[in-house]
Amino acid sequence: MVPVSYYLILSGILFACGVTGFLIKRNIITIFMSIELMLNGVNLSFVAFAAQWKALSGQVFVFFVMVVAAAEAAVGLAIIIAVYRTRETLNVDQVNLLKL
Amino acid sequence: MTSNLHLWLIPVLPLIGTAINGLLGKRFSRQMVSTIALLFSAAPFAMALWIASQFASLSAPHIETLATWIRAGDFQADFAFYLDPLSLVMLLVVTGVGFLIHIYSVGYMWEEGGFYRFFAYLNLFMFFMLTLVLASNYLLMFIGWEGVGLASYLLIGFWFTKDSAAAAGKKAFIVNRIGDFGFLIALFLMIQHFGSLNFVEVAHAAMSTGPSGGEELLTAIGLLLLVGAAGKSAQLPLYVWLPDAMEGPTPVSALIHAATMVTAGVYMVSRSHVIFEHAPAALMVVAIVGTLTALFAATIGVCQTDIKKVLAYSTVSQLGYMFIACGVGAFSAGIFHLMTHAFFKGLLFLAAGSVIHAVGGEQDMRRMGGLRTKIPWTFWTMTAGTFAIAGFPPLAGFFSKDAILWKAFSSPYGSWAYWAIGVFTAFLTSFYMFRLWFMTFFGEYRGEEHAQDDHGHGHGGVHESPKVMLVPLVILALLSVCGGWIGSQRFDKFLAPVFHHSDVYTNASIVVAEGQHPAFPEPETQKESGAETLLTGLSVGAALLGFLLAWQLYQRRPALPQEIAASLGSFYQAVLNKYYVDEIYATVFIKPLIEGSTKLLWHGVDSDVIDATLDGSADEAREVSDAVRHMQSGNIRSYAGWVAAGAAVVIFYMVWMGTR
Repeated sequence: MVPVSYYLILSGILFACGVTGFLIKRNIITIFMSIELMLNGVNLSFVAFAAQWKALSGQVFVFFVMVVAAAEAAVGLAIIIAVYRTRETLNVDQVNLLKL
Repeated sequence: MTSNLHLWLIPVLPLIGTAINGLLGKRFSRQMVSTIALLFSAAPFAMALWIASQFASLSAPHIETLATWIRAGDFQADFAFYLDPLSLVMLLVVTGVGFLIHIYSVGYMWEEGGFYRFFAYLNLFMFFMLTLVLASNYLLMFIGWEGVGLASYLLIGFWFTKDSAAAAGKKAFIVNRIGDFGFLIALFLMIQHFGSLNFVEVAHAAMSTGPSGGEELLTAIGLLLLVGAAGKSAQLPLYVWLPDAMEGPTPVSALIHAATMVTAGVYMVSRSHVIFEHAPAALMVVAIVGTLTALFAATIGVCQTDIKKVLAYSTVSQLGYMFIACGVGAFSAGIFHLMTHAFFKGLLFLAAGSVIHAVGGEQDMRRMGGLRTKIPWTFWTMTAGTFAIAGFPPLAGFFSKDAILWKAFSSPYGSWAYWAIGVFTAFLTSFYMFRLWFMTFFGEYRGEEHAQDDHGHGHGGVHESPKVMLVPLVILALLSVCGGWIGSQRFDKFLAPVFHHSDVYTNASIVVAEGQHPAFPEPETQKESGAETLLTGLSVGAALLGFLLAWQLYQRRPALPQEIAASLGSFYQAVLNKYYVDEIYATVFIKPLIEGSTKLLWHGVDSDVIDATLDGSADEAREVSDAVRHMQSGNIRSYAGWVAAGAAVVIFYMVWMGTR
């Protein structure tokens, strides 16, 4: 059996990739995908722990996260389209109307 | 009998006129505006006449309550109207003279802009004046009192584009406020100690507190009421606004500043006679103020050259006479003089307006003269007024002034000093009035042949006024001649239910027992009528002397006045400059007030404390936010970086805590 620490390391790597992508990328879609990556990194650690402790609540929680992520994806993509239509750009540095 | 006379209609009718003319008058033609204004000032007059005809069958005082106005605990003030002989006389004078002056104004103001505005204000004045006269409690009276002040302010400043007119209106308003302050405090004292402001209840309360040591209270109330009356009726030391009020159109001067509003103070003192009778000290102050004002204003009147200013000071002086009458307890004589004064001073002002109209807006008597033949109607009516005010028998002024002087001498509150100053003032009155008369109507015309055209109508030199102005003049002239024939005795008897029901009778009989003169003339003895004839002769002599002196100085030897003026030097200068009273008030009261509010209140408190605190906290808030706002860069990734860094710190902290 694969030890749980492997899963956790992979999960941490995925999450770190997501954070890094979120911080350094300028394209909104890339940033959006980075968020999904972070969510899935967390999901991985949930199922790993659930398997280890033989507890179903971790698995159930992952389903909730996936549902929320799907909803978030729908709203987020809609916003991205709206932003693109008005600003004609997907560069977050140029979407800065609130900036001083 | 308690028949309903609908007294409330009397004040409300002019208010309707105001509403119609004030709201819609701008679109009406002049004919329409004047029709409405005349209709709604004639209607109260007609009602007043009708009430006078019904009056004998009424039980006086006749009180009609319309509605409850204020009720707080035991205190209650109603919209209630009070009719007794005193308010009936005031009602007839106000509506009658008011109506005549409305007619006159149609002619006088025809060429002026703001025609509808003028008549709306004039009707508004009638509304408040009639409220004042008919009110059955001090609070409702105060509404009228303030309202006539407002109407007076609006009408003095009628030509508000002229700085001096606007300033005069403001001055009248502010000086009146000082008086109203006294009046209000008197009302508060009444509420506190009597628990009511109804005339009837206050009179009862005053009568019952009088003998049992409440005299200080009554004296205080009386003096405070006097402050109010002095403001409204232009007595020393608050008379300064009235001469300036001549900036208003002449019909306004006639109606408000001679015939009706300024007599409100006399009416109020007479209405409060029970209080004053139980406070001899306050009564004495009334008499002294009246005497000094009469003399003081008359001396100023002698040196004025503006025809309206002479009449203004004359009004102040005559009001002084009325206060003398009230101050010696002869309220009916004061009201009698109030009535005749309304006739002849209204007439004099209207005639002066006609003169001013004739010479095209000129008010300086030095540039008039010789107008006798050019405007004969004005001349003859003004002659009637002049002889009436000077006190020549058998004109109105003679009877009323004589009644006052006799009472000043013979009343238990009177003194020969009041009488002597009164007679001397009568001499001065006669002198300055005939000076005006000679300067205006006799000698050579001293103005330019084509006078300055202030009215904007085609002036063919000096011309007589239109009929609409002459008819009121003639009616008032007839009243000035005949108005006194009622006689002060009969007048006194008519007002007796108002003034004599109190314990004045007992007072007077006590005094008679002590061997002095009785207060009221019922038990007139042979000796007294002899004395009265002598005193009457003296006062007529004084009037005649004034006439002769004016004739000598201004008709026969016109150069003499200047020589006399030059020989009097600084005294003449002082009188000419109205004793520098305005200047003294400016240095003593106004300048410290302006300095104080500028330096202390404005610069000191407002700028340095209140503004400084607010500005300082605003500056502080701005500096703090200026420092902090850079965190809000608007850059999403920098926010995300902060979130990540924060999360990292939290994780490291937890891990570190966990490993300890």
